Amino acid sequence: MGITSKPVVFAVLSAVVILIGTTATVFIPLFMPSTQPVSAYIKPYTAVEQEGRDIYMREGCNNCHTQTVRPLRTEVLRYGEYSKPEEFAYDRPFLWGSRRTGPDLNRVGGKYPDSWHYTHLMSPQGMFEKSNMPPYAWLAKNKLDTGYSYKKTLTLGYGYSESEVKQQISQYQATVTDGNYPSQESRDKVTPPELRKELTEMDALIAYLQKLGRDVKQMEPRK
Amino acid sequence: MSETVYNYKIVRGFAFSALFWLVIGLVVGLWMAFEMFYPALNLTPWLSFGRLRVVHTNGLGLGFALAAIFSTSYYILQRLNRIAIPFPRLAQAHLYLFNTAIALAALSLFAGMNTTKEYAELEWPLDIGVVILWVMFAINVFGTLIKRKEKQMYISLWYIISMTVAIAILYIVNNLEIPVNLFKSYSIYAGANDANVEWWYGHNIVGFIFTVPILAMFYYFLPKATGLPIYSHRLSIVSFWALNFAYLWTGAHHLMLTPLPEWIQTVAMAFSIFLIAPSWGSVVNGYYTLQGNWDQMRSNYLVKFFIAGITFYGLQTIQGPLQGLRTLSAFFHYTDWVVGHVHMGTMGWVTMIVAASFYYMIPHITNTEIYSIKLANIQFWLTLFGQVIWTTAMWIAGIQQGAMWKATNPDGSLMYNFLDTVASLYPFYKLRFAAGLIFFIGILIFVWNLVMTVRKQPRAAEA
Repeated sequence: MGITSKPVVFAVLSAVVILIGTTATVFIPLFMPSTQPVSAYIKPYTAVEQEGRDIYMREGCNNCHTQTVRPLRTEVLRYGEYSKPEEFAYDRPFLWGSRRTGPDLNRVGGKYPDSWHYTHLMSPQGMFEKSNMPPYAWLAKNKLDTGYSYKKTLTLGYGYSESEVKQQISQYQATVTDGNYPSQESRDKVTPPELRKELTEMDALIAYLQKLGRDVKQMEPRK
Repeated sequence: MSETVYNYKIVRGFAFSALFWLVIGLVVGLWMAFEMFYPALNLTPWLSFGRLRVVHTNGLGLGFALAAIFSTSYYILQRLNRIAIPFPRLAQAHLYLFNTAIALAALSLFAGMNTTKEYAELEWPLDIGVVILWVMFAINVFGTLIKRKEKQMYISLWYIISMTVAIAILYIVNNLEIPVNLFKSYSIYAGANDANVEWWYGHNIVGFIFTVPILAMFYYFLPKATGLPIYSHRLSIVSFWALNFAYLWTGAHHLMLTPLPEWIQTVAMAFSIFLIAPSWGSVVNGYYTLQGNWDQMRSNYLVKFFIAGITFYGLQTIQGPLQGLRTLSAFFHYTDWVVGHVHMGTMGWVTMIVAASFYYMIPHITNTEIYSIKLANIQFWLTLFGQVIWTTAMWIAGIQQGAMWKATNPDGSLMYNFLDTVASLYPFYKLRFAAGLIFFIGILIFVWNLVMTVRKQPRAAEA
């Protein structure tokens, strides 16, 4: 064969061969409506939820938890309605995962009260003796860094103004600290006294978990 | 030996970098394996499973495998082209920058700087570093090829070329991201598209790191170690082009029954089945190369490694396409079955072939004999048994958990809650840890054997 004595031609030919499947199954779908459907029901994350999502990513929660419910009978029974593509319109990156060492979380929003999550994140083994999830009590000892919150939502194209982002943060802070918060007792158990009036990383993570799948739940009964 | 003076310093540098990252990556792996049934071992944030898992995959995928690939590629390129690499200082800088980048990668992942795209978790400044490293490598690859003194390029060089091209495309496309600050960025793709791009990358990075360059080693070092020519040149041509063509269509078999458009999944499934043919082309070529000379399995200690390695490659490339079928994926996906599958490839195929290649190459570049064939044989059996127990434990665990997830009572309700299915896996996790320990001891013997081989050499003989 002639090309085995022409390395540059060989390299170009390799690239062409590699790019055929790539173009057909990756590049062209990037621009097809079926890979990026939108729904008026699906709202972007608030600044606090996005911070929670970033903590979820930082801790590599996606290594043990998936976020996609497959259209299988037992899976829908276990987790809830199967996942739809439009739900993920704001997910950069996607967090579907590849291994369920722990359960799927795509429908976890609203499944338990915040207090459940505070208690569980503080010590999964305290709640479920046989769980192998790492404890995350230390997230409540870290004050949430909101220094980049606006820039993050801007980069992600959520369309919030700077004052809207500030308001979202102070509003959520008020929710969890104003004394009427139904989950205050369990929050206080894990949050050190000096941070009880502040937003912690655990607060943000729980805000994110409670968002997962909630928009879809709202759209279902109306159909 | 030969009239050409080859640059073996760089080969040796990358070989021992590979061994270093191999040991580190396996220690992290053992720690995580223990955490799976003893969560109290999640002592600090940076030792928690979610952070360690990416240190493990990147440390072994980028640290160990890439260093081994660079080492053997620099060796194969020089030998098959009969010239020294044209830019030795660039190669030396490549070595230093590589180890710096891997160290920074490990530190940043320990610190939680994680983009979460599997096998592409590094944040954007390190992505740029990886691209620079790749360009440095590619300059020497093509420099050597263009200036070569041998007319025809042998099979191994084809695989090195296609790896060099493919990794560049895959890495850049999948890592396109918008920075927020130095330590944080967001993918430019969203949702289903991001998933599709990621698994096109994720599947093919396995293909072009754990398959293509390992085949380059196999096609070069098997004939070298046995003195037997490859059985069929034509079969290797067909296998090469078919593999390169088909691999890129198959990423979506990682996304069966997800919200990705169904046609992309189905196309991936079809090409995955097709991929068995070129994969087995190499397997058949390997087996038939030994036709009439199978006595070398006893007389030549390296042949065991090659044949075990190519056998696991053959099993791997049957198992993979089958578990990617929609029906089987519905059962196996998200369970430990897949973890077992991956580790048959890495612990069985990749490690076996790298070990055999290093055992052939290191004594050659240091102009000496292997320190101990006996130790190499002990290593072979330890890593073989360690790996087989490891992967079998995970397959059984996967079948068990998959079945428990699907089990229903006569009234149609679920039979097990999620925690029951986790708790039932602990015996397998303990067995997996023990098997990992056996494998690790084998690897320590491997490293020791090569260190002693290099130390045998009188200093004056070094180039």
